[in-house]
Amino acid sequence: MLKIENLHVKLEDENREILKGLSLSVKPGEVHAIMGPNGSGKSTLSYVLAGRDGYEVTEGEAMFNGEDLLAMDPNTRAAKGVFLAFQYPIEIPGVATMQFLKVALNAQRKARGEKELSIPEFMRFVKDRAAKLNISQDMLKRPVNVGFSGGEKKRAEVLQMAVLEPSLCILDETDSGLDIDALKVVADGVNALRSPVRAMIVITHYQRLLDYIVPDFVHVLSAGKIVKSGGKELAHELEKNGYADYAEKVA
Amino acid sequence: MADQDTIDLVKTIEVDKYKYGFETDIESDYAPKGLNEDIVRFISAKKGEPAWMLEWRLEAYRAWTHMEEPTWAKVHYPKIDFQDLYYYAAPKSMAAPKSLDEIDPKLLETYAKLGIPLKEQEILAGVRKQGEKSTLDDDGNEVTAGRVAIDAVFDSVSVVTTFKAELAKAGVIFCSISEALREHPILVKQYLGSVVPAGDNYYAALNAGVFSDGSFVYVPPGVRCPMELSTYFRMNAKNTGQFERTLIIADKGSYVSYLEGCTAPTREESQLHAAVVELIALDDAEIKYSTVQNWYPGDAEGKGGVYNFVTKRGDCRGARSKISWTQVETGSAITWKYPSCILRGESSRGEFYSIAISNGRQQVDSGTKMIHLGKNSSSRIVSKGIAAGRSDNTYRGLVSAHRKALNARNFTQCDSLLIGDQCGAHTVPYIEAKTSTAIFEHEATTSKISDDQMFYCMSRGLSQEEAVALFVNGFVRDVLQQLPMEFMAETQKLIGISLEGSVG
Repeated sequence: MLKIENLHVKLEDENREILKGLSLSVKPGEVHAIMGPNGSGKSTLSYVLAGRDGYEVTEGEAMFNGEDLLAMDPNTRAAKGVFLAFQYPIEIPGVATMQFLKVALNAQRKARGEKELSIPEFMRFVKDRAAKLNISQDMLKRPVNVGFSGGEKKRAEVLQMAVLEPSLCILDETDSGLDIDALKVVADGVNALRSPVRAMIVITHYQRLLDYIVPDFVHVLSAGKIVKSGGKELAHELEKNGYADYAEKVA
Repeated sequence: MADQDTIDLVKTIEVDKYKYGFETDIESDYAPKGLNEDIVRFISAKKGEPAWMLEWRLEAYRAWTHMEEPTWAKVHYPKIDFQDLYYYAAPKSMAAPKSLDEIDPKLLETYAKLGIPLKEQEILAGVRKQGEKSTLDDDGNEVTAGRVAIDAVFDSVSVVTTFKAELAKAGVIFCSISEALREHPILVKQYLGSVVPAGDNYYAALNAGVFSDGSFVYVPPGVRCPMELSTYFRMNAKNTGQFERTLIIADKGSYVSYLEGCTAPTREESQLHAAVVELIALDDAEIKYSTVQNWYPGDAEGKGGVYNFVTKRGDCRGARSKISWTQVETGSAITWKYPSCILRGESSRGEFYSIAISNGRQQVDSGTKMIHLGKNSSSRIVSKGIAAGRSDNTYRGLVSAHRKALNARNFTQCDSLLIGDQCGAHTVPYIEAKTSTAIFEHEATTSKISDDQMFYCMSRGLSQEEAVALFVNGFVRDVLQQLPMEFMAETQKLIGISLEGSVG
């Protein structure tokens, strides 16, 4: 599904390379965890995959279902099935969450040449998914992320994911700022979306999240490269020994 | 998106996507070109007006010839040659007033194309979908549109007014002003020019001299008008000025909600539109007046488009009366418009909610005047200006309290949103309080769509234009909510269309 090959990325404004030859292959149905210390390039990877401005790819490629992902606009990537759950979701004043979901879903359906959902169909669809994430009607009426608590923001991100039904979900530090109860709700929401046709890349600093979203593969990202890959037990190892071993290897 | 991208995209702007720009090929009766007393007499005679009306018009016309065109607004345009215009144009088939069944099919077709159903039986049968439309409001609730009575004005004449019989049952008079002059001369004489006098300003005087049609509404005491009233103005004939006059009277304890919509064909030449609207609310009466103005804005280089010089004023004449203006301004090359309230009655209330969107080369100078004369009168102004392309968008407002207006209260909020870096937004508020008991508040903000917000929307599948439209809809939400339900969804779409090619 996703094949990243020797990806080199630098910041457009500063002449600093963040990703230095990252390779990763993700197949449908798989859940990959990417762990690493601060500044290792975790967020850069998620932004580059989603298409944020400000990054320059100097070498390598990322193919998504055989197409050059990096050549696409962010909205095209979204329509093709890429979704990024933001670490810090952005506020959009005045736009109700329900309205936002509707516009986003219809924009994607339109781009794929599908019919727009009728209002009643859409309402049922959203309410059903919102209930599973403990999201109230009231919250759906509030403007996107405005005044949401940390937990609400993350649940709203997962709701968007559930509504847009992407084939590749990238979760950027979805656990940050969550207490244990909120973490469980979010993880349940994510787990409900696991399917043989959907892949996930879970980016996290801590092993804690991976107790709830159990990955098939764990990769250690350090200084812009994947330095070690393994099964879920690798996460536990990291929890015990920290990232120090890997930081040294690169240095 | 990076600034350079924005600049490049704005440069390639295409605002020629005006979808109401078609022209109806219909034979019209014109008055001779140019303006003089004979033209004023011609129009008055065409309308079969009483002698006092002709005198009133002539007086206005004479006053106009001595007046100077105002230049204080922040708008620039070539001098208008008032002798190079037609002041009266009417479809030939409209020589005599007709019933709905006899209307020229070409006219019906024009309105159908604009999405305005005129055939009551079809509206009732739901053929034209009115009353069936279902959409999402801002809060994500489902909304179904209700029924609306429409007065359709085509160039200089009113084509038809729907639901008249049903309204008459409630005692509401809703007809063209020409008809009102014939059928209800006493009412018209009593109120016409009582809010906007014939010689009020340059364009109002011109209008008083040559206005050809418009709507008249009278709601009797204690009556809540059973449906929304609406006038739809269509400018079609070439080189013709449109001068309509609307007069709405809400008698004691009554309520009426009124909506005005406007479109015009795409033309290379500019078209002049100078309307006057007068509202009168007596004791405990309420008038809600909404406008969705979508005149042709001109092309990307500023060629063509409607020059919109409009005087709108409401008089809260009675105690506890209320007048609320809501305007959505998306069209016109030049907008010069200040819907105002004279808060004469004790504890009267004035409201002004405005969304003014400018794109391409459009110039908007719009705002309001809240003139507090009565004790405990209050007013609220919420203005949302959105400037894109190379447009200029100015809010100009006056809030004043007379020395007798004890405890006058005003709250003003002026927000501007800039899209791209070649447009301008300006706020020019005037505040005058002659009583120390007045409390006036003014808040203003200017903002842009951030790169983060744009990326967030796009990562959810929205194109840049869709994201801008969504963001703008959020920005104008407070005002949008003031619009009658029926028009909220339409307006949201219109905002999207107006901003096509603006990309931030």
